[in-house]
Amino acid sequence: MSTVQNPYLPEIATVTEVIEETPNIKSFKVILNDAERMKSFTFEPGQVGQLSVFGVGESTFVINSPPTRMDYLQFSVMKAGEVTAAIHDLSAGDQVGVRGPLGNWFPYEMMKGKKILFIGGGIGLAPLRTLILFMRDNRKDYGDITIIYGARSAEDLCYKDELKEWGESKDFNLILTVDANSPGPPIKEGFVPTILNEVAPKPDDTIAITCGPPIMIKFVLQNLEKLGFKDEQVITTLEARMKCGIGLCGRCNIGHKFICKDGPVFSAAELRDLKYEI
Amino acid sequence: MTDKGYLPQDKWEPFIESLSNDFRVYAPCEEDGVITFQVLEKGKKVDLSRPSTSAPKGVMFPQSERLFSFDFKKAPESPDKMAVELDASTNMPETVIIGARPCDAKGFLTYDRVYLEVDPYYRERREKTTVVGFCCNGPFAGCFCTSAGGGLAEKEGSDLFVTEVDNGYFLEAITEKGKKLLGRPMVEDGASHADAASKKQEQASKALQKVIPGDPEPRISREAFESDAFWDEVSAKCLSCGVCTYLCPTCYCFNITDEARLEGGERVRSWDACMFHHFTLEASGHNPRGRKAMRLKQRVGHKFLYYVDKYGTIACSGCGRCIRHCPVSVEISGIVARLTEGAQEDQKAAEARS
Repeated sequence: MSTVQNPYLPEIATVTEVIEETPNIKSFKVILNDAERMKSFTFEPGQVGQLSVFGVGESTFVINSPPTRMDYLQFSVMKAGEVTAAIHDLSAGDQVGVRGPLGNWFPYEMMKGKKILFIGGGIGLAPLRTLILFMRDNRKDYGDITIIYGARSAEDLCYKDELKEWGESKDFNLILTVDANSPGPPIKEGFVPTILNEVAPKPDDTIAITCGPPIMIKFVLQNLEKLGFKDEQVITTLEARMKCGIGLCGRCNIGHKFICKDGPVFSAAELRDLKYEI
Repeated sequence: MTDKGYLPQDKWEPFIESLSNDFRVYAPCEEDGVITFQVLEKGKKVDLSRPSTSAPKGVMFPQSERLFSFDFKKAPESPDKMAVELDASTNMPETVIIGARPCDAKGFLTYDRVYLEVDPYYRERREKTTVVGFCCNGPFAGCFCTSAGGGLAEKEGSDLFVTEVDNGYFLEAITEKGKKLLGRPMVEDGASHADAASKKQEQASKALQKVIPGDPEPRISREAFESDAFWDEVSAKCLSCGVCTYLCPTCYCFNITDEARLEGGERVRSWDACMFHHFTLEASGHNPRGRKAMRLKQRVGHKFLYYVDKYGTIACSGCGRCIRHCPVSVEISGIVARLTEGAQEDQKAAEARS
């Protein structure tokens, strides 16, 4: 009778690897149990998925592996509440649920040929990572790529092995910073928005993409404006408490837009029009 | 098959009882002074003397429902790991709702625009449910359907529409589903009662004056809507109890939770409310709608701006339940009236004169 696909029903997946990124962040590689489905699974950089621990619940995380590398889907999870605590208890072989891909994605087509400026803080590097790796896999399509990334302390930086390699690579200009505690070359000391001012990238022909804690995004947006970036050149990806992930349950709306469905990626221009205050 | 029927007074109850043979029948029943839509069983009496305390939305969108169950099974190849099996099968009965008021029936249309195309659970219930609407004889305290694009005799959303007339009940088929009920035993031809019924409906339509300007629906001014001072003022007495959302025929927000047993469990969807502090509270402690002024703004904004942006019509049918049952008399009709473009212009004109 009903022909509607069931959008609430997750696909069963297996955790294949757990990586400890920081004292409170772990990354989880998962593959869908249905091999055919895993083979045909596609998504765009910046889209999110709902990760379920059956019996505890589900939460929304960006798929932070890029769509150009489809051996597995990776989610990075900061332990903060009930579901994330249960996710942190998972080990290789455990069964989880995955619903996705959900939401919109980074407008990478309009970024082609442009210089790219990534500004991330803490776990906020996760959604940027998918695009950074996607761009690396299509490196000739993009101009200079600068990455400013900060965390509270050196041990709170995510993807440490990768950062080391990015720092040595000609593909990126990587600037790392920590709020305090244990800086030291090559890591600077200072809040991300402050370091952004120090680096003072030029806005010409550049797209800035930022994600981090709300307070960081707020000051990054202000500083980018002072540096001459127009709202149309600035992209961010937002978070909110989410349940359904399909724009129905009523939590994550900004006006008539839902972060889960119409977002999570918004330009600063869209946020201005929505009168959204971070 | 005719589209007009009639039931004399003494056939009304037997007719409804006979529906129970073929349908699950929900009707407004009184218990301890509260009228709710309940499954009609022996001993329960239908009470249509006044609007029900809660809307019948729960018939189509249960207060709590299983989305699927999950079962943990030992995986034979790795005995220390559990396999998971999901079961999302449904088995929803053919259902009739008796005595939905025009505002209640209109509430289902609000749901339809959101859920019908995407939500298999809502869709199955909707397809299997016949809504028997009931013409209001007069308005009750707090009613403002005529200010929300509806009316006491509005038939939109009903499959069959009932009007009390000539010592009996005039039945009018609005849809094919409604027509089917007219073919049931005891229903007489209603043609000779049609005139009396339309007269009655006409009277009912005039029985409630508009309390919010706007034709047919109010349109609120975005400028006025963005005033923080306004929301601080109107929400000052709000207790964030959420009764307005639970009784509302159009509020449709929900929560999803897991209920676990040792060997499995269920993922459950339950009504939730934007008036609760924890509705948007994030694990980090951050809350984008942490103050009650923001939450009341969200509820009114959702119904009168955001929903309109998306679907071109408001998400309020003016049933007045949130006004009648608010413990501190927060009045959505009064709030919206102050925010309408007309009211804003009047206020500006008055300020200019003084």
